[in-house]
Amino acid sequence: MLDKINKVKREHIIKNGDESSPFAISLIDICKSFGPVQANDAISLDVTRGTIHGIIGENGAGKSTLMSIIYGFYKPDSGMIKVAGTPVSFKQPSDAISLGIGMVHQHFMLVPNFTALENIILGSEGKKGLKSGLYAARKKLKELSQTYGLEVDLDSITEDLPVGIQQRIEILKALYRGAKVLILDEPTGVLTPQETERLFEILNALKSEGVTILLITHKLHEVMAITDVVSVMRQGKLVAHTKTKETNSEWLAEQMVGRSVLVNIQYPKGNPKHIALSAEKVSVTDKRGFDSLKNVSFDLHAGEILGIAGISGNGQSELLSVLSGIIQPAAGQFKIAEELFDATHHADPQKVRQLGVAHVPEDRHAEGLILQFQAFESAILGYEKSPNLGVKLLTDPNINRTYCAQLMDSFDVRPQNPTLLSSQFSGGNQQKLILAREISSMPKVLLVGQPTRGVDIGAIEFIHNTLISMRDSGCAIIVVSVELEEILSLSDRIMVMNAGEVVGTVNKQDATKPMLGKMMAGMTLNVAEKGV
Amino acid sequence: MADFWFQFLLALDSSIRVATPLILGAMAGIFSERSGIIDISLEGKMLMAAFVAAAVAYGTGSPWLGAIAAIIVSIIASLIHGFACIIHRGNQVISGLAINILASGLTVIIGIALFRQGGQTPTLPKSARFNSIELPFAQYFADNIPILGVVYKELISGHNILVWLALASVGITYYILFKTTFGLRLRAVGEKPEALDSAGISVSKMRFQAIIIAGILCGLAGVYLSTATGAGFVKEMTAGKGYIALAAMIFGKWRPVPALFACLMFGFLEAVAARVQGAEFPIIGEISSDLLLALPYVLTVVLLAGFIGGVSPPRAIGQPYIKER
Repeated sequence: MLDKINKVKREHIIKNGDESSPFAISLIDICKSFGPVQANDAISLDVTRGTIHGIIGENGAGKSTLMSIIYGFYKPDSGMIKVAGTPVSFKQPSDAISLGIGMVHQHFMLVPNFTALENIILGSEGKKGLKSGLYAARKKLKELSQTYGLEVDLDSITEDLPVGIQQRIEILKALYRGAKVLILDEPTGVLTPQETERLFEILNALKSEGVTILLITHKLHEVMAITDVVSVMRQGKLVAHTKTKETNSEWLAEQMVGRSVLVNIQYPKGNPKHIALSAEKVSVTDKRGFDSLKNVSFDLHAGEILGIAGISGNGQSELLSVLSGIIQPAAGQFKIAEELFDATHHADPQKVRQLGVAHVPEDRHAEGLILQFQAFESAILGYEKSPNLGVKLLTDPNINRTYCAQLMDSFDVRPQNPTLLSSQFSGGNQQKLILAREISSMPKVLLVGQPTRGVDIGAIEFIHNTLISMRDSGCAIIVVSVELEEILSLSDRIMVMNAGEVVGTVNKQDATKPMLGKMMAGMTLNVAEKGV
Repeated sequence: MADFWFQFLLALDSSIRVATPLILGAMAGIFSERSGIIDISLEGKMLMAAFVAAAVAYGTGSPWLGAIAAIIVSIIASLIHGFACIIHRGNQVISGLAINILASGLTVIIGIALFRQGGQTPTLPKSARFNSIELPFAQYFADNIPILGVVYKELISGHNILVWLALASVGITYYILFKTTFGLRLRAVGEKPEALDSAGISVSKMRFQAIIIAGILCGLAGVYLSTATGAGFVKEMTAGKGYIALAAMIFGKWRPVPALFACLMFGFLEAVAARVQGAEFPIIGEISSDLLLALPYVLTVVLLAGFIGGVSPPRAIGQPYIKER
């Protein structure tokens, strides 16, 4: 009975909308956690009908989780969703689809060897059989393409089409199902600038036809260019909500990264000496053919910490990977200890390590240690043949355990048990173990990615002090961090990156948070300085 | 010369009979693997079905009841496979292997317990089997129409109903796979299950439906072995036919019609091998029949190694579907 009432109500909503509510979607106190991670924390949000609503935040801020909840892919732990003013509860995506909510996923949900047409009707083929379903769809899609300028050759095989067109198929797929609310998850991540422009035209056309658009992105200029309203998410919370006209990109940048101040110690400045590492016009091209790193040049001196600031995903990760020999540059060169590497003379992690470079990776679970290994095994990864452990054909677990116990003692890793699985340590202790492993090789150059991500306050202080004392003993250090406070506190010089390029480099004493915020949004140093 | 042609005709005729369980098995494999579930348990399901068909047909005297029971048991085996690898995301190869081992042991143990004949079922009387159907006018045509009449009598007439069912299953599989909504979704779930899930259709439900169909087809293959060509169950009577069906399916690139021809080719080589055993040929001398029998497998390996065109299995095959982000 209840189902029947709901169904009638739903049909009413789809046909007419609830005119009394100006909001296409309202979220009230949505919470969602995955194990210990609180992905969404009491999110309340109203999305006005017929607007383009931007939701921005860094990777892992909880944007995608929130959208998956609106789309019925996840069930919230608590909270309520209203569609056009009517409370709803989604068990699966089809419930959301039937209420006119469509989603264009970041990774397209298209069957590669299907035609565009087959992909569009998949799951909504109609009751009259496939043949008549395809026929009816072709007719309806022709109208849709014309209304919104979404030209797609319906009979081409999806995987043969450029990504921009594949994305149009995704949009058509949602519209074909009668979407009145369209969620786009990082839609421009895979697009060329021209395709992006074209997408924005389409989005504006959709808006003028009354479609409500939720745009998830971490690119500020896109938010400024196309949205009407913008909400900022940070660490699972909604931290700001404003009309786009009334804000600017630097303020938004600060909101995105400006985490609560955990540590704000001003360390004394270092004493830079000779150049330990230099990069000249290093560029990296990713698999999709986009330049994730463009003409990056800098020098790194022994005895200094070079902080690299930027909103995550602007080339910092690629820079660390190139310098540590994990990926190869497409152009340009870099020099470590007088050895030159370029697109033809490749570096590899082993070679680079032998030249005295140590690397604390950004993602410690994926690259830093092996979670299913015991601590003493994780503690020697990459250094299995170091003289500390005795160079032998077979590794000796006893020696390794003793060695690990020493590391744990000097780096205060708790619990001090070398045979515990790596996964059983807290984030901070895992990080200290990795740091211990890398530093004990007495590196001349230390590359550190996100030194304190997911690390408790006590460990942060310890890690920072360790990095400073390494610097003072003459090590050249690069710290990549999305935490501005951390960069400002540790670095001697700060290099800001945006869209794979170096925006500018400032000395610590000249740097201010608002200035860095503007540079992270892509403004050059000169412009940023004038504004201060 | 006339004798050669007659022999050739008989070889073709017996290829069809040898190929029948392969065709049913290959179609079963197509349904299962197109949905993303690796099915090496074709062998085990056929074996279980063969045993149950013979046992029930012997007990009741009706081949039809035997067939129904066999299909039910084969579906149950499919569901066990699905329970392990769809619901619990287990390894599909291991799960299939387990079913094969289970089938090989259970059929013999239950067979000994029931019939005390060393794992065999008693020989089935004609009335408890699926017998050949002589098409009308077979003898008349053979006597009065040259060539075609003989072809009609020897090649087309004289097959049992399961042979016809196997051939029909190819057309039906093709139609379902490429002309129906169900088929569209089935192909999607084996290529990109996320696409189906995000369209609001249950991936698990689709995969279960696919393996149930596979169960039915494997059941028929088993029925054919013990109550149509055979006159009872003999232990390990599938003798690798499930794996050959799998190879034929791969050789046919997961498509029904090419898979049918692969099955017929495998069947033909087997039929020829049986006939040339010991025969002397001019110039080449005696052909080893083992060599002929090995040919299909060699061809399959060559195909898989990529020497004959590209083989692209369903992209999501073997991967349990885990809903994420």
